[in-house]
This record gives sequence, structure tokens and C-alpha cells, in this order.
Amino acid sequence: MSDSSTVAVHGDAHAEAHNPALLHHFAEPQQQRDAASLGMWVFLATEVMFFGGLFCAYLVYRLKYFGDFAAASKSINMPLGATNTAVLICSSLTVVLAVWAAQTARRTLLIGSLAMTMLLGLAFLGIKGIEYKDKFEEHHVPGASFSFDNVEIPGHPGEYANPRHAQMFFSLYFVMTGLHALHMIVGLGIFLWLLVMAWKGRFTPEYNTPVEIGGLYWHFVDIVWIYLFPLLYLIDRHP
Amino acid sequence: MSGHSKSSPLPTYFLVFFSLLVGTGLTVFASTLDLGKYNAAVALTIASIKATLVALFFMHIKGASEKLTKLVVIAALFFLVLLLGLTMSDYATRLWS
Repeated sequence: MSDSSTVAVHGDAHAEAHNPALLHHFAEPQQQRDAASLGMWVFLATEVMFFGGLFCAYLVYRLKYFGDFAAASKSINMPLGATNTAVLICSSLTVVLAVWAAQTARRTLLIGSLAMTMLLGLAFLGIKGIEYKDKFEEHHVPGASFSFDNVEIPGHPGEYANPRHAQMFFSLYFVMTGLHALHMIVGLGIFLWLLVMAWKGRFTPEYNTPVEIGGLYWHFVDIVWIYLFPLLYLIDRHP
Repeated sequence: MSGHSKSSPLPTYFLVFFSLLVGTGLTVFASTLDLGKYNAAVALTIASIKATLVALFFMHIKGASEKLTKLVVIAALFFLVLLLGLTMSDYATRLWS
């Protein structure tokens, strides 16, 4: 395409001339990489604001209805949430392994790590599905059939949680974990694409930016969960 | 970014990975203790340490060649603190409700 003009402009730069992955509006691969990475970071900054609004709503209602939130939190299956935290941490490890494999031209490790990341992501969604199913069966999903009667507030025997306040907790629980799960599904799509590209041998030590910025996205989704887990599952667990 | 250093980053990656797992175990354990008001503080502190580890080492903030990246991260955190801080300073000082 513009290889000849690139050579003309950077006559002595062999790497650029031989690198079909370098787009013509970038001077060198490092600049292209930094631009892509910065773009992803700016997107993640908007995501911080996006989730930040929900965390803010959560904070306000948690301080207002602390006992009700604690009672509602206790009804969620904590071991499943803890397992999911571990699953996501493992997936973050496989993501950094994938980035390292792409940088060091380890094809088998790259494909294996990407596939493993997807498996762990699917496992996370599966466990999440079990959790949601339990909540549906217990009528803890906000709406017409919501019911949270006669549930004691932890640490206050004889005091019962207000179902309307508990419903606020479950609304936040479903929106926050649901939005997080949606990000996981998008992440799985990105990693499927990365897997196909890796299979075709598109990533080299010179060109692996998609793996790196796809990884940034995945780690961010992991960080959101790192906060969601203690905030939603561990409000007041002590006996 | 960090791929330019000659030494392998793998020991760091595994160390961070195990720290994150230990942190998860620790936060579950801490939630079973009655620390009163401090339960939330302990949980959030552990979560923030874990998030920082992920950002610094897995997302390569540490060793990022581009200073703009660090600026974006700091800007995001600044506005998050502004959002939470100003909201809470309102609710915390509503003596009439």
C-alpha cells in the first residue's frame, strides 16, 4: 500500500519498511503502540465514571439502610462469589501470560492462554448464572414477586429487614453484577477475535498491540469485580 | 512496554497472582471478624491493594513509557474521588433527614 512512500520518508528505517502492521500515519511502531494503549486507557477512564455512578448510588443507600443491606447481602451465596473472584484472578494471570507470549513469539502459549482466559470467563458467567437462578427461586429479584419477609438484621435479633430497603440492595446487586457480566461477555468476544488472529499467526514481537489492549480491558473488568465482591457479598458476615 | 526489559517478567506475574489470591482469602476471613465500623475499611483497603497490584503490574502502569497514560489514570481516579467525595459530603451533613 504505502510501503514505498514509507521507505521514501524513512529511507534508513528498515523495520518500518518491512512492517506491514505499521499504519502510514504513525512514524514508528512504538508511537502506534502508545497511541492505541492511550486510547484504551481513556476508554477505561470513562468506564471508571460509568461504574463510579453505580458505586456512588450503592454507597448512599448502604449508609442509609445499612442493616437491611447487611441482611440482603447475607442471603447471597458468598462461596460462589469468592470462587468467582479466584476464577477472575486466574484469568488475569492467563491474560498477562498471553501478552508475554505474543511479545516473545510463543505461539502455543499465546493460543493456550487466550483459550484458557475464555474458558475462565465462561466459568465465571456460569457460576454467576447459578447465583442468579438461586435469587430467582428465592424471589429476591426486584419486581412484582419480590419477597424478603421476616429476615433478621445481622447482629440485631428480633429486628427484621425492611423488604423495600432490601429490594434496593437487590436492584443494585443485579444492575452492578449484570453490567459487569455484560462487560465479561464483550471481553469474551474480544478474546475470541484475538484467538482467531493468533491462530492465523497475525501477532509477532513487533506487532501485538491488540493482545495488549484487549488485556487492559480484561484487567479492568477484573478490578471492577475486586471491588464488587467485598461490597456486595461481604457487608456484615460475622456471626 | 515492559517487553523491552531483558529479564523475564514471569516471576513478578506469579508473585502478583499469588498475592491477589491471598488477598481474596484475607478479605473473606476479615469479613467473619467483628470489627465494627472497620469491617468496611478493611475490605476496601484490601480491595484497593489488589486493584493497585493489577494496575501496576498486570496493566503495566509501572514502567509505562508514556506519561500520558499515567495522567489519564490519575485523572480518572481524581474525578471518581470528586464524585464520591462531594456526594458523601452532602449526605453526611444532612442533619435534617
